[in-house]
Amino acid sequence: MTSPQSHRKARQVQSTWGRRCTVLLFMSSRADPSLPAVGLNTSEGRGALYRKTMAAFTLVHDRYLHAADWFLKADDDTYVVMENLRLLLSKHDSSQPLYLGRRFSPYVQQGYMSGGAGYVLSRQALRRYVAGLKDGTCTHTSSVEDLAIGRCMESLGVRVVDTRDVQRRESFHPLYPELHLIPGILAPSHWYWKYSYYKARNGPDCCSDLSVSFHYITPEDMHILEYYVYHLQVPGHHRDDTVDFLTP
Amino acid sequence: MPHAPAERVHKMYSEGGSFMKGMLLGGIFCIVATLLSSFNFGHQQHTDHHNHHHVNAPSKEELLRLPEHKRIELSQNIRVYCVILVEPKDLAYWAAVRETWSKHCDKAEFYSSEEVKVFESVSVETKDPWIMLRKALKHAFDNAKDHKWYFIARPTTFAIIENLKYLLLNKDPDQPFYLGHMVKSGDLEFIELSGGIVLSSEALKRLVGVLGDSSKCPEQGRMIWKLPEDKELAVCLKYTGVFAENAEDTEGKDIFNAKSVNSLINEAMAQTPQEVAESCCSDVAVTFNGHSPNNMHVMMFGVYRLRPFGHKFHDSLVFLPPKDSDND
Repeated sequence: MTSPQSHRKARQVQSTWGRRCTVLLFMSSRADPSLPAVGLNTSEGRGALYRKTMAAFTLVHDRYLHAADWFLKADDDTYVVMENLRLLLSKHDSSQPLYLGRRFSPYVQQGYMSGGAGYVLSRQALRRYVAGLKDGTCTHTSSVEDLAIGRCMESLGVRVVDTRDVQRRESFHPLYPELHLIPGILAPSHWYWKYSYYKARNGPDCCSDLSVSFHYITPEDMHILEYYVYHLQVPGHHRDDTVDFLTP
Repeated sequence: MPHAPAERVHKMYSEGGSFMKGMLLGGIFCIVATLLSSFNFGHQQHTDHHNHHHVNAPSKEELLRLPEHKRIELSQNIRVYCVILVEPKDLAYWAAVRETWSKHCDKAEFYSSEEVKVFESVSVETKDPWIMLRKALKHAFDNAKDHKWYFIARPTTFAIIENLKYLLLNKDPDQPFYLGHMVKSGDLEFIELSGGIVLSSEALKRLVGVLGDSSKCPEQGRMIWKLPEDKELAVCLKYTGVFAENAEDTEGKDIFNAKSVNSLINEAMAQTPQEVAESCCSDVAVTFNGHSPNNMHVMMFGVYRLRPFGHKFHDSLVFLPPKDSDND
């Protein structure tokens, strides 16, 4: 998801992790052929965020339902390690109604997925969602996009998935790496502590070696992450090969 | 009576003026001559002079040509002694270095200007950077035992020791090596301390041999004003026939960097916006400089842990695993 003011950020996504998607679509309120971005003819801003999301998923459902098995919604300041996402998804069945991401806890019983950390709908989940929008099961309950879609998923019987690894480390991250990796940097009053569905850990245990996403990533940091993940090599260092995702 | 008193005083001053001008001119000549002579090493005799000015990391192909047992032997025998020069004001960086990359050194010693209660260090009891460096290197030499390579850094430096070992894998430490991020200043080529300095045991041995020679390598430095300690080091080493060399990978990119990853990425974003991570920095980089203490912890995660599933890495080498490195 992007906006006319942040097409520059979208470009960084395009030249880094976006290339690894099977299909990459930029959704904006106005079309921009130079990116290219699809114009949804909605407003911008936090108040319009859920309407934009609804419009985006409807478009994807109408035109791309059979182009893929899984549908990832991310922001233009989310960084995704696509290979790790594919590994995670390979353990689940896209013909089931499933919804994966960073699980947040209040308001929705089964939990809902953080918008900024990115979340994935299976093809079946996307079908049910757009059907729900069309028949009125799901309406615009809130402009808080991740919460609104989370409520809808629950009412449609779409199940959530535990996306942690076998060491119980999270893989989708709603903040940037420093805030997760440095103990004590987040004040106890920070929303992060309240919203984490599983007990939040900060410090080295925060994050899986096979992490899927981070949020609030600046354009510079996109390229820095790209360099660390895909270019800088450390020959001869023993990696922990037991790291894997939990099987359902 | 030759002159009246007032006239005599006047004459004294005008003659004195010429005298002063003479003194001034002579003084300037003296300084300029000293300057020129310090940098004029062209005609010194050296028995083993390194002709090349850069040193390359081995390529994967080169290493794969060696039999496996040989690769393992090489990688397990290479020992790096880290010399980290700190001051009390560097405490936050010092803490970060202690908790991160220094754990990957076979031995890491912190040389401090003065004793600090919080952390263990070898106190050199001086704030003078050149004297600090001299004392630290002398101490390292005396305590080195089986360490063949010395890596000198500041606490603002971030180092990937495995990549350093990779670079040095096919180099003979009984040859005089003095490597890092090379800078040319006038006639002097030196290695920037903030990007990390590598000395082979032969180079350090030669340096220690000349430390006591005050005509070549005095404590107060050879100039009237103080040169930065990394330049002083280069000057002393040159006297022993050891010359600075820039380390580069097989694509010609610098392996040692005196800048931060952020800085290099920003430059690449401006110059090659379609290929930023590809072109900013070496895939086998050893050092960066200028990262905050928190950022060093993030780098440890990014460098040692976070990885894309399914990508093949260099499995032909095994470096001894570091002890108590719980964040990587």
